[in-house]
Amino acid sequence: MGAMPKIELRNVCKSFGNKVILDDLNLTVNDGESVVVIGGSGTGKSVMLKCILGLLTPESGEILIDGESVINQPSHIREKILLKTGMLFQYAALFDSLSVWENVSFGLMQAHGMGRREAKKIAIEKLGLVGLGPELADKNTAELSIGMQKRVGLARAIAADPEIIFFDEPTTGLDPIMGDVIDSLIRDCTQRLGASTLTISHDMESAQKIADRIALLYKGNVVWSGPAKTIETCGNPYVEQFVRGDVDGPIKLDILKP
Amino acid sequence: MKFLHRSATDTTGNIWNRRADEMEWNFLATIGRVFLAFMAAVGRITRFTGQGLRHSVIPPFYVRLLFRQIMHIGYYSLPVVGMTALFTGMVLALQIYVGSSRFNAEGAVATIVVIGLTRELAPVLSGLMIAGRVGAAIAAEIGTMRVTEQIDALVTLSTNPFKYLVAPRLIAGTITLPFLVLVADIIGVSGGFLVSTEKLGFNPGNYLKNTFEFLEIRDVVSGLIKAGVFGFIVSLMGCYHGFNSTGGAQGVGKATTNAVVSSFVLILISDYFLTVLLID
Repeated sequence: MGAMPKIELRNVCKSFGNKVILDDLNLTVNDGESVVVIGGSGTGKSVMLKCILGLLTPESGEILIDGESVINQPSHIREKILLKTGMLFQYAALFDSLSVWENVSFGLMQAHGMGRREAKKIAIEKLGLVGLGPELADKNTAELSIGMQKRVGLARAIAADPEIIFFDEPTTGLDPIMGDVIDSLIRDCTQRLGASTLTISHDMESAQKIADRIALLYKGNVVWSGPAKTIETCGNPYVEQFVRGDVDGPIKLDILKP
Repeated sequence: MKFLHRSATDTTGNIWNRRADEMEWNFLATIGRVFLAFMAAVGRITRFTGQGLRHSVIPPFYVRLLFRQIMHIGYYSLPVVGMTALFTGMVLALQIYVGSSRFNAEGAVATIVVIGLTRELAPVLSGLMIAGRVGAAIAAEIGTMRVTEQIDALVTLSTNPFKYLVAPRLIAGTITLPFLVLVADIIGVSGGFLVSTEKLGFNPGNYLKNTFEFLEIRDVVSGLIKAGVFGFIVSLMGCYHGFNSTGGAQGVGKATTNAVVSSFVLILISDYFLTVLLID
């Protein structure tokens, strides 16, 4: 029997009204592994992430983090499980009422009970890891560009040295150079921490840079999963269509063809 | 309906009968849908209130946030509440003078001003002003946090949003409004005193004597109890509508409007029931 996966989704189903979003979804992320889930808009990537984080509750199935179920747990148990995790949101989701360093060390102060002075020291250290200087620490987050906000978000995600980090479309809305910078930071930071990561993205270039394994999600289920380096040659018709960006193929879009 | 049924038998029979039946059913279905939606909303608000109250009494408490909210709701609202109370007291004195002078009861002006203010006008008007100033701000702030995923970020950082966002606002609203109303009572009575002595020619000593002679402690206390309830309502509606806002800027705008309107309505409804409860 192999080692216990860090994250495991077993037959997870989630729908909104009549619309099925996750349909018997199975996925595992092993210890120290970087998995990127790719797929078009509306295929259920964000819903999957929200189910894992306890922001949405699936109708059926199991979601385990380190073997512990996160579904229907009382909030204090879920909070304890989430102490092991960090999350970078698509648009960073920084708290605009707090300064940069307070954002970075928010989890340390609120959930880990760390004092403000020590938390600020760690925040400045983590800001340094994502290439931001200490002069930004006291600034308001609204004064930062989106690229800088993402870096602050990344610093917040790694502030408590989590075992698992989630990334929600980390390069969306960024220019190619800043996208590459964020990808490199993600790779460096996660390798330094030895963390397991689960990223959702539709950016193929970014996915290939940061993933050990890639899974393609279509209609709420994984239609292909394999090592990142084999994605170009796997021969799966879904993957080929997605990589090439073709309209024709097994992936049907809910739009009229041009 | 009678017309519809008659014309149905007179002319095209079954078609008209069917249409009349459909109209009746549509009407009943609409009432049913509205009633069910209303009951669902009551259920959601009750559940939200329960969660908010539970997290207000179970540690950990965010003292720094509570103090910040007390400053926002209380200290920064002093000018607007003070101005409202001052002019309400002044107008009240003038209007009561006009009415009481018709049957030579001008001596009652001071007593009616102080009782009217402490029991009713100061808590209700302060509650409404706070609903406009603070309820809207709470809904907009929490609503923006909801649509920009900041509330989700709180959850991922192992911080309960009810404890962090809702509880400090509920506590601050409930304990701060009575203090504001106490200030409003004093300023309102001073407004009445100013107008009565400077414009209506009352003797200052007699006015003050009449003010305090018939004022009872329960007049003030009943107003403060009302204020506590109104403060809770304003904070609750701001948090509830902000927390459940959806759909970007438009959703936040809608949440803000709903927070203010529902606070106004609930303050006025609860005012009646509180008055009935506290009148004895």
